[in-house]
Parts: sequence; C-alpha cells; structure tokens
Amino acid sequence: MTPVTTAEELHVGHGGGTPPPRDGGNGGRGDGAGGGMAHSVPLRAYYLGLSLGLVSILMFFMALVSAYLVRKGRGDWQPLPVPQILWATTAILVTSSLTVEKARKRLAEGSREGFRVWWGVTTLLGLAFLGGQWMAWMQLREAGVFLATNPSSSFFYLLSGAHGVHVIGGVLALAAVFVRRQYRRVTQAAAAEMASIYWHFMDLLWVFLLLLLVLGR
Amino acid sequence: MTTQAHEAHAHGHAHAAPTGFIRKWIFSLDHKVIGIQYYLLALVAVFVGMFLSLYMRINLVWPNMELPLVGTMTPEKYLALLTMHGTIMVFFVLTTAPQSGFGNYFLPIQIGAADMAFPVLNMLSFWFTFVSFAIMLAAFFVEGGAPISGWTGYAPLSAVGEIAGPGLGMGQTLWVVSIVFFCAASLMGALNFITTLIDLRVKGLTLMRMPLTCWAWFVTAVLGLLAFGVLAAAGILLLLDRHAGTSFFIPGGLVISDKLIPHSGGSPLLWQHLFWFFGHPEVYIAILPGMGVASHVLSTFARKPIFGYRAMVFAMCAIGIIGFGVWGHHMFQSGMNPYTAFAFSLLTMGIGVPSAIKTFNWLGTLWGGQIRFTTAMMFAIGFVSLFVSGGVDGLFLAQPSVDRGLHDTYWVVAHFHLIMGVAAIFGIFSATYFWFPKMFGRMLNETLGKIHFWITFIGVYCIFMPMHYSGMQGQMRRYPDSTGIGFLSELQPIQQFITYAAFVTLGAQLLFLLNFVWSLWRGERAPMNPWRATTLEWIIPSPPPHDNFAGNVPSVYRGPYEFSVPDQAEDFLPQHLTPAEVGAQNGKK
Repeated sequence: MTPVTTAEELHVGHGGGTPPPRDGGNGGRGDGAGGGMAHSVPLRAYYLGLSLGLVSILMFFMALVSAYLVRKGRGDWQPLPVPQILWATTAILVTSSLTVEKARKRLAEGSREGFRVWWGVTTLLGLAFLGGQWMAWMQLREAGVFLATNPSSSFFYLLSGAHGVHVIGGVLALAAVFVRRQYRRVTQAAAAEMASIYWHFMDLLWVFLLLLLVLGR
Repeated sequence: MTTQAHEAHAHGHAHAAPTGFIRKWIFSLDHKVIGIQYYLLALVAVFVGMFLSLYMRINLVWPNMELPLVGTMTPEKYLALLTMHGTIMVFFVLTTAPQSGFGNYFLPIQIGAADMAFPVLNMLSFWFTFVSFAIMLAAFFVEGGAPISGWTGYAPLSAVGEIAGPGLGMGQTLWVVSIVFFCAASLMGALNFITTLIDLRVKGLTLMRMPLTCWAWFVTAVLGLLAFGVLAAAGILLLLDRHAGTSFFIPGGLVISDKLIPHSGGSPLLWQHLFWFFGHPEVYIAILPGMGVASHVLSTFARKPIFGYRAMVFAMCAIGIIGFGVWGHHMFQSGMNPYTAFAFSLLTMGIGVPSAIKTFNWLGTLWGGQIRFTTAMMFAIGFVSLFVSGGVDGLFLAQPSVDRGLHDTYWVVAHFHLIMGVAAIFGIFSATYFWFPKMFGRMLNETLGKIHFWITFIGVYCIFMPMHYSGMQGQMRRYPDSTGIGFLSELQPIQQFITYAAFVTLGAQLLFLLNFVWSLWRGERAPMNPWRATTLEWIIPSPPPHDNFAGNVPSVYRGPYEFSVPDQAEDFLPQHLTPAEVGAQNGKK
C-alpha cells in the first residue's frame, strides 16, 4: 500500500514583507469564496510535537542524571555491580531498533506483510527487553539489593525504572501502529516513522544510562 | 530520514461542531471552551487562595483566634495556610490563567488557526490540571490536613513524613502527587502551544508580524517545556523518599521528636537545586504572558505602535534564556561558594537589562499617544508600575551580601507579591477586561471596572510597600505570630495597617466577580471590534463561531500594531486588510 500524497500543505508565511497574493476572502466577514479549509494540521506539526515531547522527556532524565552524578561524586558512594543480563537486554533493544527500520523499509517498498512481520518482531523484542529488565530487578532482589539499600541501588532502580516506564509507552505506540487499520490525521507510514523515532530515542537513552551506570565506578 | 519528502499534508479533518452538553462544555476539544475552563479553574483557585491569605493576615494581627472552617488557629495551621496559599496561587492561578487560559483561547485565533495543533492533547491537559487541583484541595480534608512545608516543599521537612508535623503525612503526599499531575498537564500544554505557533500560522503571518501576546505565550511555553520535567523528577524522588525508604534528600542523623530517622546519605540541597532550577523559570512563566498583554493593550489604547517591537521580542527571549541561569539566587544563604553566588548575582542583575528595555519601551509606547483610559488600559499601566516596583526591590535581593540581611524577611514577601501576586494579576485583569467582550459577546461594566482598578491599585501598594520597611527591620517571613518578639512589637501597627488594607483590597475583588457574573448575562452586547484593534481576533464575531473564522481564513498583510499610520483614513490598520482594501478605505474619505 503506497502512502497517500495529498493536497499542498496549508501555507505558512515565512517571507519577509512581501504581501502574498490576494485570497478569495473579504476580510473574514460573510461567507467568502476561496478561503481556507477547516482545521488542517500539516504533517510536520506531528513531527514537531514528537520532538518537543522528546525534549521534555530528556529534561526529566537529565534532572535524574545530574542528581546521580552529583551524588556519585561524594565519598561514601558504593558502586553497584550491574547485573549481567543487562548486556542481553541492551542487545535486544538495539536489535529492535534495527528491526523497526527493517519494518519501515518493507512498508515503503509496499510490502504490507513484510511490514507487519518485522513490526511485530520489534514489538516482541520490546516486550523481551522489558522482561529482561524485570529479571535484572529480580536478580538484584535475590542478592539483597533493593531500592532503598544504598544510594547507588536507589539510582539504579530509579533510572532503569523511569526508562522502563517510558519504554512501556513506546511498546503501546508500536502496538497501536500494528493494530490500527484506519488513519485519519496522519498516514500509516508517518505514524510508523514517528513511533520509530520515539523507539530509537528510548534505545539511545538506555545505552547512555547503561554507560553511565557502568563506567566510572 | 526524509520527513517532508513524502506526503506533506495531513488529510484535513473537518472539525465539526460538537453536539450534546458533555461534548460541548465538559470534554470539549474546542480551544475556546478549554481556555474558558482553565480561566474558571483559575478564578475558583484565586478566591480559595485569597481566602487563605485573609486568614493568614488575621492571624498576624490577632493570633490564635477561633475562625470558621479552621477552628483555633495554631502556628502549624498558619503554615498549612501559607503552604497552600502559595501553591494554589503560583500553580493554579499564575501558571494557569495567563498561559493556559488566555493563551489557549487567543493564540489560535491571533495566528488565524481554527484550533490548536492537537485538540485532544489540549483537552487532556485541562483535565489533568483539574485532577491536579482536586488532589491539591483534597489535602485540606485528609487526616493531618494540608502540608506545612511551604510552596517550595523543602526537604527534609517535606520528606520525613508525619513525625515532623501535621499535614506532612497524607497531606504532603497528595501535594506531591498533585504537582506531578500538574507537570504532566503543563508539558502537554507547552508542546501544543509551540507546535501550533510554529506550524499553524496563516499566510503572511511571519514570526515578526505576530502579536507580542503570541511571542509571550511562545517563550513561556518553551520555558515550561524545559522546566516542568525537572520538577516532575524532583517530585518522583520526593515520593520515593517518603514512601520507598530512599534517601535522595534526607541526610543521616536526623532526630525528630526524639526519634532517629532511619534514612541517611541524602542532600536537602539537592531538592533546592532541582526545585529552583524549575522554580525560577516558573516565575518567568507567570509574568511573561502579562508582559505580552501589557504590550498589546498599551499599544491598542495609546493608538501607537509598540515602541521597539524587535527589542520587545529580543527582551522576552533574553529573559527566558537568562532565566535558566539564575536559580541559585534563591539559595544564597545555603552555604554556597561565594564565587558561585557572585555568578548567580551577576546573571540575576543581568536579567534587569531586558526587563528595563521592556519597561522603557512601554513608556515609549505611551509617550505622545492618544491615550484612551479604558479599564483594560489602566490595568496595563498598573502592570508597568507594579512590575517596576516589584522588579527594583528584587535588585536588592540579587546582592548576596544584602540578601544576607533580607533573606526570609518580609522584603522577599514584598518582592514576589508585587511582581507575581500583583503585576501578573494585573496582567490577567487587563486581559480580562480587554478580551471579555470577544469571549462572551458582552461588555464588562466600565464604571465598576474603574472602581475595581483604583481600589486594587491603591490597595496593593498599601499592602506590599510597608512590607519593605518591616522586612528591613527584621520581620521574618512564614512566622505565624511575632507579637511576643520584643524588637518586632513596634512593627505591629504596620501589620495591622496591612491587614486592613488587605480586607479592603480583597473586598474589591468581589466587585470584579460581581461585574464578571452580571455582565455575562446582562452586559451590553459587544460588537465585533469594540476597541478598534488590529489583530485577527477582532475580525470574527463576539463570541466566535466554533471554527473561529467560519472557513473564511484570513491572510495577513502587515504587523500587529499599525496604529496612527500617517495619511490613512483610520487610525488603525487591521492585519488582515489587503492593500487594495486599505486603499479603498482611504479613497472613501
């Protein structure tokens, strides 16, 4: 199924002082001929909205990370050995970023089935990541390391937990794109692209957090 | 990734007018309804906040009285009133009405759009705010009552729980949960505002032709997007300290009520840093929309273009950017490195520069203008006066050495009330008197409005100016009762004067409420453009139809403040008139 190409976007004035050609309106009074459509939101607005959302999520994590870095710098820091399973979950997450791109490529080539297969794989890998993270938590519990055990355990659970919550949101987005048949405001390709941008962001964020937790101990 | 290469345009979805009471007035997607919902929420909140402050002022003069709804006043109850007063006013009034209220209503219209970019997200933001407010109010009714740790919620007091005082159990938890909801709501709103402004402007409306109200809402939204995530993080950490046994903020060795608190390793300073990193941009969020409204209203009623439009834009952006670098000035007395304090101090004073640019430009706008003293105009002029008063006394606090004596005194109380509790409120009042006709199709009564203005204007100066003196004399803030303190007893007459002034001023707000409610039903019918203003909201009916421009989207041909342009028939040129239409208008005269 090829993406639908629709009419030209609502023009947004970017030129300086050149007056644009006259439209059919008569100053907004009465029912003008020509004039604009009812609420048309250009596609790029959805991408901008997504980027802004990612900025705010980034600020949230940077607040946690800065708290972590400052606390870590104090003398009584006891580094926490990172559960080995995290290397596996990281590999799963990175792989899922590759599979999501594969899915999008299939969609662009017109292969609906290919898209669904790879998109489904991505979603399952996302769930596997979450499962693996949960297992890491269980392993820590078994070793007697809980949220409140010491500052480094607190930050570990906090950072991995906050990230996990956002990944759950990402999995829901992936699932939504998977099951949805009808698209009104955006196309399926655009929705898939936006979900994948969010997914890559979560992947990169996790790699960053893991390196933070592992390095400089 | 080529995002714009393929289909560039989302299939335009017709935003059909909803039917049914619930879809129309409760779970509405219409930015105008949502804007009014926010405004009404803020209106309820401001009266709750004023009621709390009234009780505070009564206690300061007549301590430990028996009062309705509160019982016998105690110091702890005073602290609870103070905490909730600050929280409700800052979040549910000053962060809500100017941005989410007026911004939601007028940003889309002023840029020629039919609605916000994401109407469903908009509706969600309001209902998250509503839930946040409900949770906050619930804190009054749980066992132990409302928290006593101030709107700033400093740890460890806010983190250790009930043992440290009433309201610090369930009340404090509800406070934190409410704040986290509020953060989510604000982030969603900020995202919506920025996207709408960037992507939904009509043809001809370049960024530098936007009304200054839009610029203010834009900068405010950027600040909100960057700041509220940090507050959310702080809130999560606080909840974990309170309920999961962590010690992000709680140091070791605390003994409270003879009990050793089983936490250790945390830092109260961490809370302060996280809170104020949010908290300082927050106060610019509270004031910037008021600055936008002041510029807009002053220009309209002086019949003159705003003096220095570009400088005004630059100044708002500068205030926003520098505003992220000054949070340490709330922590001068925390034992910080004096060189760090020096840096924060320089930046804080530096913010005075763009603020002064704006002030001089407002004065320049008035200078030589044909001023029409409507109530909206008077509140805008009052805004400038109070912004100067509240801003200048901040410069004193910006010196760490001076702050040493003034920190936590009534000087600080005077400062933030003048700039937030008054100037920002005057911005809201100006916007109300200005835009009420458009929103509700009725005029507010100008006589009642002028009485409201004068009593309020004189009243707030009577309330807050004397606080500078009492602060300098050592009157501490957040103290419920200073009557027993020797060196402060001579200040009691001032406390009394302030309380009486507060009674009168608060009473005048009832006049406003009366005017508001009465005019909704009995006000004179408003024409389309009662103020002969230039921006796009004045070319649609009062009140506007569901999709604002009724399908007849205008284009913009000029800037927003073309007043008294030479050799024109009219003293204002609306943004949407084509050059040919202007020519025809001139030709007739």
